[in-house]
Formats: sequence, C-alpha cells, structure tokens
Amino acid sequence: MADRNTESAAKPETGNSAAIAEAFADGPAYVPYLAVGDPSYEASLEYVRALDRGGADVIELGLPFSEPIAEGPTIQGALVRSLDDGMTPDRFFAFAEELDVDAPLVCMTYYNLIYQYGAETGPRPFVERAAAAGIEGLVVPDLPAEEADPLREACDEFGLDLVFIVAPTTVGDRLDRIMSRVSGYVYVQARLGTTGARDDVSDQTTESLDRLAEYDVPKAVGFGISAGGHAERIVAGGADGIIVGSALVDIVAEGVENDLSTDEVADRLEALSRELKAGAERGYAARVGTAESR
Amino acid sequence: MSETGSTTSETTGAGATRAELSRRPGRERGREDGKFGRYGGQYVPEALMPAIEELTDAYERYVLENEDGFMDEFRERLADFGGRPIPLQRADRLSERYDREIFLKREDLLHGGAHKLNNALGQVLLAKYMGKERIIAETGAGQHGTATAMAAAHLDMPCEIYMGERDINRQRPNVFRMKLNGAEVNPVTAGRGTLKEAISETMRDWATTVENTHYVIGSIVGPHPFPVMVRDFQAVISEEARAQSIEKTGELPTDVVACAGGGSNTMGAFAAFVDDEEVALHAVEAGGSTLEVDEEAGVAPNSASLYTGEEGVLHGARTKLLQDSDGQIMESHSISSGLDYAGVGPELAYLVDEGRVNPVAVDDDDALEGFHRLSRTEGIIPALETAHAFGFLEEHHEDLGERVVVNVSGRGDKDLDAAIEETDKRDIDEAPDMSMFTGGI
Ligand SMILES: Cc1ncc(COP(=O)(O)O)c(C=O)c1O
Repeated sequence: MADRNTESAAKPETGNSAAIAEAFADGPAYVPYLAVGDPSYEASLEYVRALDRGGADVIELGLPFSEPIAEGPTIQGALVRSLDDGMTPDRFFAFAEELDVDAPLVCMTYYNLIYQYGAETGPRPFVERAAAAGIEGLVVPDLPAEEADPLREACDEFGLDLVFIVAPTTVGDRLDRIMSRVSGYVYVQARLGTTGARDDVSDQTTESLDRLAEYDVPKAVGFGISAGGHAERIVAGGADGIIVGSALVDIVAEGVENDLSTDEVADRLEALSRELKAGAERGYAARVGTAESR
Repeated sequence: MSETGSTTSETTGAGATRAELSRRPGRERGREDGKFGRYGGQYVPEALMPAIEELTDAYERYVLENEDGFMDEFRERLADFGGRPIPLQRADRLSERYDREIFLKREDLLHGGAHKLNNALGQVLLAKYMGKERIIAETGAGQHGTATAMAAAHLDMPCEIYMGERDINRQRPNVFRMKLNGAEVNPVTAGRGTLKEAISETMRDWATTVENTHYVIGSIVGPHPFPVMVRDFQAVISEEARAQSIEKTGELPTDVVACAGGGSNTMGAFAAFVDDEEVALHAVEAGGSTLEVDEEAGVAPNSASLYTGEEGVLHGARTKLLQDSDGQIMESHSISSGLDYAGVGPELAYLVDEGRVNPVAVDDDDALEGFHRLSRTEGIIPALETAHAFGFLEEHHEDLGERVVVNVSGRGDKDLDAAIEETDKRDIDEAPDMSMFTGGI
C-alpha cells in the first residue's frame, strides 16, 4: 500500500495509474485473480498475499455479484462462497485497505454494484471510495464501451484505470471504440465463452493479438491459462501479460473441499504463481531473443 | 405490426382486418437508441456485443422493414401454425359478478397454451432469416421453453432450453412437452434454481456459441433490441384486442389488465393502447406471500419489481429490480414460476414512471382464488400467472371502468400439480373437495 500511495502522488490528474503502467513496463506482467472473501475474509487475505509473494505484478480482486454472467462454474462457485460468508462492497474496500502487498490492485466486478454504491446512484461514489482504498483500476465484464462513459469519467477524475475486455469477436469499429476508452491494459479474452481453466491455448488468442498490435496499450491475455507452459506460449506469441483466475480459484476450492489449512492453500497458490510467472518470463526471453536474432 | 407499406395489413392472416391495426403501437414512445428514458441499454459481456449488433440490424431490416417479406411469413405462420386471430370473448358470469363488461383476450387458445408462441415463433423465424443454426432459450414456467421448442421443431432448428431445477420440479408437464418436441432441457442448479439463474446460464452458453446460435429470450427483458423486438412480436395481442373491442362494442376498452413477470404479455396487451390515453393499463405483479423483504437473507418473498423495485442493471438492461442496498439481486418468489423473476422489462419500468401504466401486486392466496374462480365461473382454467390478473379484478373491479379487457396469458394445464398442492395448504371456498378421492391422481 505504502508504495502505491507514493506512486499515485506522481500520477497525472486524470488518466492512468502509474503503478499499473510500471507493472507492464519491463518484462511480462503476471496478473492473478482471486475472489475476495473466498472462502472467508481472513483466509482470502492470506491467499492474496501469497499471490504477491509468488510474483504478481498486478492483482485482480473479484468483488462478488449475485449474477456473474461472464463467469464459468469455477469462479461462480468462488463468488457464491464469498457472498455466503458476507462479502459486501464495504468489506471489500476494507480488505483492500488492510492488504499490504506491493502489486497494484484492480477491482473486477459487475456494473450494478458500482452503480448502486453510495448515497447517489451512478458510478462516481464507488470510484471515489475505491481510489481511497488504494484500488488502481477497474474491470467490469458486463459494461461494454457503449455504456461506459459515466464510469470512464469517474475513473479519470480519481486517477483509476478502466480495463476493457476484447473478445475474439471484437473487430472493426467496436475495437476502435473500446481502444479509445481503455487505460492500464487491455484484457484479451483468449477464446469465446466464460472464464474457466483449460488445457490448451486457443488459436483465437494469436489472431486477437495480431488485431491489437497497432494499439499502444499493454495486452494481457486471460481466460483459460492454467500452467507455466501456457503462460510461456502466450507471452512468446506477443502478450505483454497473462491473467490467471480459475486455475488459482480451483486451488482455493480444493482447499475448501479437502479441508486444507489456510497455510497449505496459500503455499500452493504461491507455487503456482511462481510457475506461471517463470513461464511468462521464459516466453518473454524467447520472444525478445527471436526479435534480437532477426 | 410493421409500418412499411408492404405490410399495412388489410389482408394478413392474423386477423388484422381493420385500418386501426396499421397504426403504430406507441413504438417510439420514450425510445432513443434502445433506451426508454433512463431504462434499457446493452449491459452484456463484450463477446456478445457483435451478436447484439447483428441482431439489431436484423430486427430493423426484417421486423421493422419487412425485408424479404419476413413479417408476412411471420403473420402467416402465426395464423396457420399458431391459430390466430384469437377471440376476444365476453365473460358473461364475470360481467354480471362485477357489474361491468369483462372481456377475455384468450391467449390460452394460442398453440402451446400461452402467449409465448407469438414471440418464440417470431424469434426462431428471425434466427432462420439470419442464418443461425442453433436455438437456445431459458424458461421459467416452461411455457416459453415449450413455445420455443415447438417453433424450433416447426422450423427445423436444433434447440436447447435452460431451466432452473426448482422450476423443473414445479413444471414437469412442460419439461416433457419440450422433450417431446425434440429440445434438450438443461437443469440449472445455481441460486434458487428459478428464472433468474436460467437466464444467466443461457447468456453463458450464448457467450460461447454466439457465432452460430440465437438466444430466444422469453420476455421484454435483456439488452436492446430484445425488449422492443419481443414487444413487437407480442403486440399482435393488443392489435387484435383493439380491433375486436371496436368491432364488438364500437368503443375502446376502459381498462386493460395483464399479469407481469418479465412483462411480455403485459406489453403485448398494452402496446396498441399506449397512445390511447383514455384506456387505463394495469400491470399485475406477483405479490408472493408478502411485500415485506428480508434484506439480510437477500430474499424478496414476492416478484413485484415494478411495484417495489429499484433501478439497477441486470441481464443486459437497466430497469427496476428487486435488489438489496448493495445492489445484489434478491431471490424472488411467486406461486407461479412464470412471474418468479427479480426484474421486469425496461419499457414497463419507463411507462410506470411516466404514470401511463398502473403497477399492482396480487399475493399468492388471491391468485389461487382467482384460479379457482375463473375455472368455476367461466370454464377456463387459467395459468397461475394469469390468475393474478383475476385476483386483481376481484379486489379492484369497483375502481375500473365499463369495459375491461383481461389478458388470459395462458391456460392452467401445466399448473395442475402445483395448484393441487397449493390448494391443499389453504382453505378456499370455491376449491374442489378432493378428500374422498384417495390414491392420488
Ligand atoms: C401463462 C403465462 N403468463 C405470463 C407469464 C409471464 O411472463 P411475461 O410477463 O413475460 O409475459 C408467463 C411466463 O412464463 C406465462 O407462462
């Protein structure tokens, strides 16, 4: 937190988070996701710290919504556990304030929670509170560029990044519309569908990265990455970062099912994080090597 | 329904025999870029946006402009396959009971037994015109799923239906009917296993298969263009009712009453009357067991989102919702699965704010009494959804005008199991006494 605050003092009045820009500045960024409060507030604090120790460059914190239409079964399960444990936007902000990690924090949630927060309706009170809690950016999977201007304005006012998701189906005008509103990084959805760990890497990823090549914003690929090998291939293929959610949430879910201790689960999260980060770095080395040898 | 010259429809097969019918049914009221005032919009994952743009384009071309004769084919199939036009029947006993003329718009006589076919047939046909290869849909009461399965079988399209587990248990006959028509039925176990969860799950399927699949949404909910498109397909109800009322009585009705879940039969029944300011429009929601809400548990024991809900964003649109103070969507409740939904169409939300539509709530008990009353007095067994409209009529007929049209949105065959079970729990005067028949049905 302390680091982030000093950095944010140097931030421009409107626009991007310096900390997030820095996270993508040299080498590939490892961007893990966990649902905050899964399966409890306290355990979740330990889990997020484990991601940080494992090499996270940016951490996406999921604030659970009751109707997460973009999520597959793994993350749905995590969001239900968190809600059952009593997670609310205010507890989420308290959580972000209590965290003492180096990586900048991005909040991933659905628009209704942002819209409803605070006394007045509209996104501004949520963004103001998020900024105060040390959140540096937002990802909102059910908010397409067409509906995003009020949130974009509030993010500019408080210096948060607004990350948009680009799908394999996003082309032409839509791509321009999104890329004119994005800041921080663009979330490249690796394949159609909902979140969930996969064993393969989709061809759709390469095509999406090619389409995005002309835009000068870091490209982080997510949806389905679960092992160091995937991370390596995706970064070698041109990604500036990898986003990993379901594979990590699976570890938390296994911990719940098998009644594992918080420490044991945290160790596993840290270990997978190291593997993913190392994979991303191998991929980067391969890419830079190739580029230099050309 | 279309305004273009080619379909101003003296001759369509769906009963549109009068010039009044070509009048545009309040379509542009409050609408701008897919919004009704502050409601509506397109709040969906990016992966779906290209499909929604494609659908918007297809809606404008085929539905609004009748390209390739789409609307002509739709009307023809509604007539021949669906059985339209549907009568506007004078209900003699109810007219006597309430001392005013009561007319029933008999959507229960539509093929499949509910108004749902108007929309399902329209959308499956549109999917075909768009070159889609697969149909998916969600269903609550099973009526929309059944209508979609029928339309898909009729038009030879593969079809999968998502249905909450709780609703599957409440509506087994409809599950069987969907399967009979060749559809796959996928149970949804999330949450309370009702319509809200089924819609979320269908959106997830769509996000994966969007390139070849059309999602036939079952009411005037979801992202633009669904709310306007579904309304346009359902508007045939009020177009007919308006003409039939003039034909039978020489006048417009004073009141139109329809039950509201998502609101498709409500808007279908209202659309052609929206500009007739002298006609009062009553949207009857499910009051469930009580209008009180348990914020702590996140449960609304009702589905009265127009009556008690607050503005928010769910399933692709900004509208009135049952939600807690954080914006989490509440579990809703109704004796009727088809009304058991935490949201409502954005157009209805808008018309309520404008004061054009009167939102009212009828609880489970009054709805069940309405179910028995209509069955006994008129020989029509209504869907439990529809029965809410008759609960309203019983309570509020004195506040209504001389000629009331009630939309009989569906027939009650699907509800017999639920009706027996719910009747057994209560002491209802008009209910049949089944105690001498042991051994079950
Ligand atoms: C017979 C009947 N009436 C009404 C409804 C409510 O839906 P809507 O308000 O969208 O017409 C349903 C929904 O399944 C239904 O089956």
